[in-house]
Amino acid sequence: MGEWSSRVIPIVRGLCLLYVTHKYLGTTVVTYGPSMLPTLGITGNVLLMERISTRTGKLRPGDVVFFRSPENPRRVVCKRLVGMEGDQVTYVVDPKNSDKCNTIVVQKGHVWVEGDNIYNTKDSRNFGAVPYGLVEGKAFWTLLPRKDFGSLAPKPK
Amino acid sequence: MGTPSVLWNVAKKCFTVGVISLTVSDLFASIVPVRGASMSPTFNPKTNSLLDSLSDDRVLVEKLCLRKYKFSHGDVIVFCSPDNHKEKHIKRIVGLPGDWVGTIYDVVHIPEGHCWVEGDNSASSLDSRSFGPVPLGLVKGRVTHILWPPHRVNSIERKTSRNRVSPS
Repeated sequence: MGEWSSRVIPIVRGLCLLYVTHKYLGTTVVTYGPSMLPTLGITGNVLLMERISTRTGKLRPGDVVFFRSPENPRRVVCKRLVGMEGDQVTYVVDPKNSDKCNTIVVQKGHVWVEGDNIYNTKDSRNFGAVPYGLVEGKAFWTLLPRKDFGSLAPKPK
Repeated sequence: MGTPSVLWNVAKKCFTVGVISLTVSDLFASIVPVRGASMSPTFNPKTNSLLDSLSDDRVLVEKLCLRKYKFSHGDVIVFCSPDNHKEKHIKRIVGLPGDWVGTIYDVVHIPEGHCWVEGDNSASSLDSRSFGPVPLGLVKGRVTHILWPPHRVNSIERKTSRNRVSPS
């Protein structure tokens, strides 16, 4: 009995430690899709995500964040944080068809997110401000592709 | 001479217990106290305002429902408040995505990925009637049993109000 438990417990402890790190510290994420061009490519970038800034409330506009989609809780989406609660955000409602702008104040407990590729993205302009509780973490380092290795680019002008 | 290795062993055991119980409480189930009377009489039926924390109901919250985010009408869920992510609320699911829910003033359509929650004690409950449909991603677990106080130990039944909700 003692023999068996002295082998199993370190394995269980190791797996639980991996889970705790993944859930509370940070993890690697693979992204895909055109909504964050040119910052992130269509075919998979591998990014490092950290969860500490989210927990300590240190997120700032300009950060690339991951959050659970308000339309599908099983999907985690990657966009750029544009406005925190209380911020005034001006955005182009439908860039393909007109130049009409709209200005809103981000409501309490929410954040406003937009994809860098405003012509092909579903973001807060479609589903509204996202509750802060849905934010999973902040991307801080690109692992792949090799040419983008390093910290992420700021929002393109 | 022997003390540092004893301390190290104790520290290792505490770390092991801590890490394993954190994982179990995140992935399987945890025990949570219920504050407030918004779910009366299901939880905290005594309506005295001096509810001291020892007499609050303690409930079992299961986390397995978070694998597929599949819920049913009448489930009691724990979720992060849309207005303040640090607060958690316990309410009952009255509407699922696609449903139409009737409030006093109008009829609301529940969008994809959201749910409509209400407290069992409608008179004193801050719920979807104030902050609107709640994204399912904010749900942190489903309440299955009351574990404390001992004379109220029971499993939670699904209670649905068919006259207020029309399914999609």
